[in-house]
Amino acid sequence: MDYLLTEQQVMIRDLCRQIAQEKIAPVAAEYDRSEEFPWPIVKALAQADIFGVSVPVEYGGLGGGVLETCIATEELSRACGGITLCFAASYLGLDPILLFGTDEQKKKYLPDLASGKKIAAFAVTEPAAGSDASAIQTTAKKKGDHYVLNGLKHFITNGGDAETYVVIAMTDKTKGARGATAFILEKGMKGFTFGKKEDKLGIRASSTRELIFTDCEVPKENVLGREGLGFIVTMKTFDVSRPGVASQALGIAAGALDAATKYAKERVQFGKPISSFQGIQWMLADMATQVEAARALIYSTARMIDAGVKNVSKESAMAKLFASDVAMKVTTDAVQIFGGYGYIKDYPAEKYMRDAKITQIYEGTNQIQRSIIALQLIKEMAK
Amino acid sequence: MNSVIVCIKQVPETTDVKINPETNTLVREGVKSIINPFDMYAIEEAVRLKEKFGVKAIVLSMGPPQAEAALREAISMGADEAYLASDRAFAGSDTLATSYTLAKAIKKIGDFSVILCGKQASDGDTAQVGPGISTHLDIPQVTYVKKIEEIKENTARVERMTEEGFEILECPLPCLFTVVKEINEPRLPSLKGIMKSKSAKIHLLTAQMLELEEDRIGLKGSPTQVVKIFSPERRKGGEIYSGAAEEGVDKLVAILKKELYA
Repeated sequence: MDYLLTEQQVMIRDLCRQIAQEKIAPVAAEYDRSEEFPWPIVKALAQADIFGVSVPVEYGGLGGGVLETCIATEELSRACGGITLCFAASYLGLDPILLFGTDEQKKKYLPDLASGKKIAAFAVTEPAAGSDASAIQTTAKKKGDHYVLNGLKHFITNGGDAETYVVIAMTDKTKGARGATAFILEKGMKGFTFGKKEDKLGIRASSTRELIFTDCEVPKENVLGREGLGFIVTMKTFDVSRPGVASQALGIAAGALDAATKYAKERVQFGKPISSFQGIQWMLADMATQVEAARALIYSTARMIDAGVKNVSKESAMAKLFASDVAMKVTTDAVQIFGGYGYIKDYPAEKYMRDAKITQIYEGTNQIQRSIIALQLIKEMAK
Repeated sequence: MNSVIVCIKQVPETTDVKINPETNTLVREGVKSIINPFDMYAIEEAVRLKEKFGVKAIVLSMGPPQAEAALREAISMGADEAYLASDRAFAGSDTLATSYTLAKAIKKIGDFSVILCGKQASDGDTAQVGPGISTHLDIPQVTYVKKIEEIKENTARVERMTEEGFEILECPLPCLFTVVKEINEPRLPSLKGIMKSKSAKIHLLTAQMLELEEDRIGLKGSPTQVVKIFSPERRKGGEIYSGAAEEGVDKLVAILKKELYA
């Protein structure tokens, strides 16, 4: 389908495709095994200006919007959904600064993130606060010109490898959701350390770590938005970042579809390539249709956000929900088409399936997405 | 340090180049053009020198007008300026005429400290143009450079690949290096580079502008005649004798005697 992309969007797509094919695909399986952080790819992406696609020009970026991040994420994820997270999760940490940062905060943090000199991370989740973000235990107490943070975040993507963190902590527990505040933290701040790195089913090239705050002093200039705005920052960030997760899912699905189609043409059974059998053809046709539908929903949502539409929670949740379910379905079918070869690590199909699963879980489980959509529907009906 | 000049060539993409048996020249129709792969390493090295020393990286090519695409690609990788020596009068140039023309173009471009070339072009495989340029300019050359160790104000120290290993050489600047693929890993273009390359000016250099001697350019200035092109016969693999050393030596001596005195 032709999405009538601008010249710059086509340029981003083509360059990301080239990076995916030439730099990421050859090393994807190895990073999946070793679980190392893909610094050489970070460097290649930085050199190619990819980290800056959606940062305003005045902060050193290329001035794109959510659609540009989505296009880049999709193309890179075709080769490896895990490696791509070094980029996509950095945008998750960058987005709240872009949305709520003061000019000074933007000037201080965005140029290094746009150039890829540093990467970012976003930290909400805690052991007891997953879908229920209001259960956050990490506290921030004001003390003179700074806040003192204590607590623990876990499952933080880019954790330990990022330099810039946006962390949500409770400044007033009595106020519940309205008592949370967002802070910008830097690696190396006193009292800010890292805990265990998770051993994951998929996206293994991406680092997932604990962040530990022990009397960590954060200057009050590092409050993002204002005190008590933590949940708004989180929700608004997710509104613009969910199309990105959806694009990661889309890229994984598209990559699996390409691999399955290629394999079906090469694999001969009963004297014919299996692509000549209707059973396989119908599977491929369904997979391709679902991938295209996911792309159409993501691009439309991204364009809505970039056009400045205020309330995008429903569409954003739909894009993430649909694309991630498509990714799980398509990658599972890809494994099926590969047959026994789909179940072993010598072929790419099983990795796509492992990488796809997380997209149904993180940045809000798909059950939470459905709740967001339903809530919005009911609200709209009440108008 | 002054500018770095990179000489690049646009070549057909395929490694499976077809040759017209009647004219003994390359069949270029229907084949996509790319930057000679060895020249990509030269461009990368030039951009690295630019980043390290803050000097200008200039790309130069000789070829038909469509070679402009190769120069724009070099700009998208980080080169600052591009020159294209292009003129009907250059048609049919062999390596002698090409290196003469490029040397004159370099003189026209101005001061430089280092000239970089790929070790050879993937279509002609002669490896003569780089050394030819340095000869015409009367500057030192080091071929098959695999590492630029150090560049000082007036000298450079480099590692040069040989069949057995490598040599470390020091030479005065300005000089010319031809580089091998071991020297670096060429970067991909950057988004800002691609945008810059689209509007970048490609400076055209014609025969007249370069004040070339007429009988030293194009077909007239090209003494090379391609008489025949063929694939060399594959060398037969040697034989390996295993076993105890003494036994092997005896065997070998016997064979040598037989071969020599048969």
